[in-house]
Amino acid sequence: MPLPWIILFAPLLSAALIILFTQRYKNLSALISIAAVLVSLAASVGVFLAPEMQPATAQLPWLDFSSLGVNFRIPIGFTLDGMSKAMLIVVTAIGALIHIYSWGYMADDEGKSRYFAGLSLFMFSMLGIVFANNFLMMFIFWELVGVSSYILIGHWFYRKAPSFAANKAFICNRIGDFGFMLGILLVWVATKSVDFETIKTTLPTLTANPAFLPFATVAVVCIFCGTIGKSAQFPLHVWLPDAMEGPTPVSALIHAATMVAAGVYMLARVYFIVETSAAAMEVIAVIGTITALGAALMATQQNDIKRVLAYSTLSQLGYMVMAVGVASPNGAMFHLFTHAFFKALLFLGAGSVIMACHHEQDIWRMGGLWKKQPITLITFLAGTLALMGIYGFSGFYSKDAILIAASEHHPVLYYCGLAAAFLTAFYMTRLFVVVFFGKARTEAAGHAHEVSIVMWLPLVLLAIPAVVAGYPEIIHRFLPTPAHEHSMVPYIASGMGLAGILFGVVLYWGRAKDPIYIPLLANKFYFDEIYALIVWNTQDLLARISGFVDRWIIDTAIVRCLASGTYGAGFILRFLQFGNLQLYALLFGGGVVALFYFILFFK
Amino acid sequence: MSNFYLTLLTFIPLAGALLVALLPDKRALIRAGGLGFAFATLAATVALALQYDRAAGGLQFIEQRDWIPALHIQYFLGADGLSLLLLLLTCIVTPFALLALGERSTKFNVTLILLLQTTLLGTFTALNFIHWFLYYELSLVPAFFLIRMGGSAKATAAATQMFIYTLLGGFAMLLGFLAIHQATGTFNLIDLAKLAHENKLGHALSAAFHWKWISLLVFGGIFLGLAVKVPVVPFHTWLPDAYTEAPAPVSMLLTGLLSKMGVYGLLRLLLPLFPGLMFHLQKPLLAFALVTIIFGAFAALGQRDLKRIVAYSSINHLGYCLLGIFAIAAAGHASVTLGDRAAAMNGVLLQIFNHGLTAAAIFCFIGFIETRSGGLRGLNDFGGLRTLAPVLTGLMGISLFSSLGLPGLNGFVGEFLIFKGSFALTPGAAALAAIGLFITALFLLTMIQRVFTGPLNPRWASFPDLSLAERATVAPAIALMFAVGICPQLLITLFNQTVLNLLP
Repeated sequence: MPLPWIILFAPLLSAALIILFTQRYKNLSALISIAAVLVSLAASVGVFLAPEMQPATAQLPWLDFSSLGVNFRIPIGFTLDGMSKAMLIVVTAIGALIHIYSWGYMADDEGKSRYFAGLSLFMFSMLGIVFANNFLMMFIFWELVGVSSYILIGHWFYRKAPSFAANKAFICNRIGDFGFMLGILLVWVATKSVDFETIKTTLPTLTANPAFLPFATVAVVCIFCGTIGKSAQFPLHVWLPDAMEGPTPVSALIHAATMVAAGVYMLARVYFIVETSAAAMEVIAVIGTITALGAALMATQQNDIKRVLAYSTLSQLGYMVMAVGVASPNGAMFHLFTHAFFKALLFLGAGSVIMACHHEQDIWRMGGLWKKQPITLITFLAGTLALMGIYGFSGFYSKDAILIAASEHHPVLYYCGLAAAFLTAFYMTRLFVVVFFGKARTEAAGHAHEVSIVMWLPLVLLAIPAVVAGYPEIIHRFLPTPAHEHSMVPYIASGMGLAGILFGVVLYWGRAKDPIYIPLLANKFYFDEIYALIVWNTQDLLARISGFVDRWIIDTAIVRCLASGTYGAGFILRFLQFGNLQLYALLFGGGVVALFYFILFFK
Repeated sequence: MSNFYLTLLTFIPLAGALLVALLPDKRALIRAGGLGFAFATLAATVALALQYDRAAGGLQFIEQRDWIPALHIQYFLGADGLSLLLLLLTCIVTPFALLALGERSTKFNVTLILLLQTTLLGTFTALNFIHWFLYYELSLVPAFFLIRMGGSAKATAAATQMFIYTLLGGFAMLLGFLAIHQATGTFNLIDLAKLAHENKLGHALSAAFHWKWISLLVFGGIFLGLAVKVPVVPFHTWLPDAYTEAPAPVSMLLTGLLSKMGVYGLLRLLLPLFPGLMFHLQKPLLAFALVTIIFGAFAALGQRDLKRIVAYSSINHLGYCLLGIFAIAAAGHASVTLGDRAAAMNGVLLQIFNHGLTAAAIFCFIGFIETRSGGLRGLNDFGGLRTLAPVLTGLMGISLFSSLGLPGLNGFVGEFLIFKGSFALTPGAAALAAIGLFITALFLLTMIQRVFTGPLNPRWASFPDLSLAERATVAPAIALMFAVGICPQLLITLFNQTVLNLLP
């Protein structure tokens, strides 16, 4: 069996086995799931090392109407190019580490079997997106990823917050998918195909016609809606911070490293369509920039360790989207690649801090952990420096690639990018200083100790790529990177980063509570409240209106009127039925006379 | 070329009904008898579907005999891919409902359900309007008594309302066909379709009545009859009451099968006989479809009773069938659009099957919940049931996700094909209709969240999970949802050739 099939279906098999047979045996379920992801990892490495692996060796027809004499075939097929191979490694390697970490993190969880089934289902769906060689297959797995995310966010379903957060995530994604589907249909109408390779060959003849441009703009913006939902871009970003209600390894894998990056991967995959419309690319760049800067601002005032990281994920995804918008899909993929490692590392580090402090997530109830969790400290530091984009760490190279592209595109985007870089360094310094230094501010933090090896080993293994993944010698093996030109941008960006660190240290060193409070940022620009007001109330109103129309207007006014009209007619006619035989005879006679009268005199 | 396959098939449940009526009054015996006949009918239908020559397509198993020669009425049966699809659906949902009936398997109920099945099988195979109409209207009688099974005043009112609405619609349709008979001298649906195809039906009508608008009037009458049955908003107001007041197994039959008679009528009667008028009236027709989709979705969002939510959601889902059919009619018959029209038609047929299966399953689950809650089924009456009933939650969750069109389950394929086809044919209408997909997700997820997740509502300290018998009742439906979702081609091959004949 060819390797791609193994990579894709090993996790599905695992999910099916767990759901159908091993629900009661928690550790067995976990082992099946871990074994499946290791198989996928090994096969992915095999695919990666086989340079001559032919793409789309096997295609499975999924829908096929060709017997009707119409061109309508949708296969399940594989794309195997540099980009998908790099993504395979990211997804399966980080996936494997997080599966192993989960063994420790979810050790005592009642729902361990469902948890691992969910993880396996997620791996299957995510790998499907990576492999997809046509829009429909991508859309199918896109939705499946959404549902596995829904399942895992709601893992602790018996608590109120996760059950709401799961719904919110799915619904926000569904809004984006609504646009994505229309975008796919538009492209399908124009090119008569969903297959990426076919679209690539038919597109040039279409773009030669200037009248196609507005169509292309609408189509690309619609497709981009999918990214807005899945990669949590402004204005649908609200679901991602709430998604942190799921278990921390899930946040690391799905809501930081892989799934949320799928939106960026999709844009890079169909970049040849995206670039047909400059106007749509402006939209993409602006949305990405707003997200990058806005989320960084919100991150500075959050107190929940996972939420800080969630807003930082939003901000970094904003960078990637911006990169696509400024015509640097390579920069976007580069940052996706490095970010996956260091952000997964940061989340797992946060997980080990949270566990050590007995499931405490408020950074102001931690403190002084550096002595107690040295491995977590060092690996977390590596992730933090990578995220800040400090020289020598992976984030430096990828973030600079994006900033250089932005600087060549438009100064406003570039300045916003720099500002976000400053804020990133600032809020991560705040987080790091408050969590690891100062005095232990609670009893739990005072008694914290380092986590077990199944949990710290993945940290160490992730710390390595978090440092080195951006080095030119390494990244070139995985992805094409933007040409390295001599530029001032890296120096300026590094300056911003150092300034952010300095500012953060001065402001937060030795503090027991936050010296500044900015309500607007702490309340995330009141997006949730505004949405609650607008979206939910409008929908509720519409729902009520339709209920009212049904109950009163159609039912009462029209139907009842008709009904009572009928009854009324019957009521009046009833008076003609007296039941008096003489009267009937009299009327009958009168009728006969009248009839004769008409016949004789009205000829 | 005469055979008796379809007649025999139609009369298996009728024989079952007679036999059950004669059986001694023992629950288990009656239940076994009813199920035995239902499964025998299923086996016969599957055999027929396997016997059907898919590559050739078209009508097969034709039976054609003179019946009332004076009026040129023939006994004329036949089945193509569309009929077989609906026969299969009927024979799947009927035993499903009989199983769900459980304790209420009285002689009266089981007999009625088998009678109802006969009328359905008859409707889906009759090719002469007169006995098509006979079956179509006869189905109301068992439906009426089944809806008021509970016997409450509200149930009786709902049943009466359903009966009168549908009957009035039926009269309008009958008048329309009498006019057609007057003009053409035939009730044979296939001959009439041929006339319409040669553009002669409209002329015949206006020549016979010396009035050029007569076609429109006849069309309106037939449309009204079918619109009430589907239902098309604003002819739907009988539906929420009927679905809600009827016991869950009866709601399964109503939504799974009776509503499909309307869609079947649109495909078998209206589209073949009036392709030209449907083309000219595309704007109002598409508006009907859009209103049905969007109104149904928002109304479902506004409900607080689980059954009413699913009832309105059914209206919304059938709206997608309307969208597909009207978009096909609006496209005319240019050969460039053949691929899209075929996609939309395939989508409509899949949607008919998928909605029948999924909505029936959801009503079945609501029935399970009702038996545990003592009839309570408010959206806010529950909460956190997943803790106590994980299997119920999981399986009902699958059905609800199938209903909201998750890929991998059956609902997605049909809806996606409808959208694919109608978007290419009438982009504006399809784009607007896609709003319905989002609203559906909204109310179905809200349902899952309110009923199953969150903290356990303390009032349900004991809420037993599904019993083995209940699991066995729903397992085939769930398996079918996966099968059609993962491998839609299985079902599509059955009617793929028929699709070409159905396109105007």
